Amino acid sequence: MTAILFIAQRASAAVLAFAVTVHLATILYAIRGGLTAGEVLARTRENHWFFAFYVLFVLMVSVHAPIGLRNVIREWTPWQGRSLDVVLALFALLLLATGFRAAAAMYLPPDVVVG
Amino acid sequence: MAEASESTLSVDVWRGAAEGRFQTFQVPRRAHQTILDVVTEIQRDQDATLSYRFACRVGMCGSCAMVVNGRPRWTCRTRVSEAVTGDGKLQLEPLRNFTVVKDLTVDMAAFFDKWRDAKGHFEPAPIEKDGEPGSPMPQADFQVVPPATPERQAADAGIECIGCGVCHSACDVVAWNKDYLGPAPLNRAWTLVNDVRDAGNDARIDAVSGSAGCHACHSHMNCTEFCPRGIAPTYSIAGLKRAMISRALGRKS
Repeated sequence: MTAILFIAQRASAAVLAFAVTVHLATILYAIRGGLTAGEVLARTRENHWFFAFYVLFVLMVSVHAPIGLRNVIREWTPWQGRSLDVVLALFALLLLATGFRAAAAMYLPPDVVVG
Repeated sequence: MAEASESTLSVDVWRGAAEGRFQTFQVPRRAHQTILDVVTEIQRDQDATLSYRFACRVGMCGSCAMVVNGRPRWTCRTRVSEAVTGDGKLQLEPLRNFTVVKDLTVDMAAFFDKWRDAKGHFEPAPIEKDGEPGSPMPQADFQVVPPATPERQAADAGIECIGCGVCHSACDVVAWNKDYLGPAPLNRAWTLVNDVRDAGNDARIDAVSGSAGCHACHSHMNCTEFCPRGIAPTYSIAGLKRAMISRALGRKS
């Protein structure tokens, strides 16, 4: 199990190194000319590439962050057992849900209300 | 060195076990004096109850390791001039991350138990004679691994470890996780992973892949910084991580 988590942590980090760079560069580029939120959304809505990129981003964050937190908690607190794994699995689901909601809000047309 | 030999060293030496205090001794400074010379002089001339450990005095046995002015090192191979502060002070402590028996003497048992737990022993491949798999006995003859081959060089990289415990004393992860196998046992495991004659790698990589194994390493590189043999256990541990990944992904490690 440790081996699988270790590999998942490293593999997701490799993707995130690329994804975070693209994410930050895009933000800096987009706001350079003073785009409003509405103007940003006009460019991202129904843009399949943006959506695919952020879906991948959210998936990798949901893998990477809970494993890292698990390592930190196991090293620095006495909390080691199954309950920790359950809580972090729920945390991963929370990241997935909120992340997909944000990606969907960016992608779906304005008349679709995202839960 | 006339000036140095005329001066006096002020030496704070740990007395006691887990609980204790520093006792200060004044020791004449001599030319080419080692830290071990200082400890021996204190024990012979000033306080016969001081406990410390040494054997070979020439950097072969690894038994005289202590923490000298905050740095773990072999006292027999450390000259006073390398370690002393500008105002002639030395502070001698037992190795950290070990149970102190008394004064400068530590219990090495838990350390060597970790070598065992990391499967740090050679596992001979069974003999095959006339096509029949034999009993798990050592090979009948020497298995030559020529020194110039990459296989031999990989195994040689970490083989000179003499188990002095300096890296164990220096390691932050050992300090905060008592179960962590530590740099020396993991370096030993990696040396055996690279030994083409060894047949115990499945069990060995399992043994070093747990939460107290190679993954726990933070790559602070204290072990590599302080190893008196110039070994780089950090790289050995990184090698174990790679071997574990290869094995988990189904490739031969």
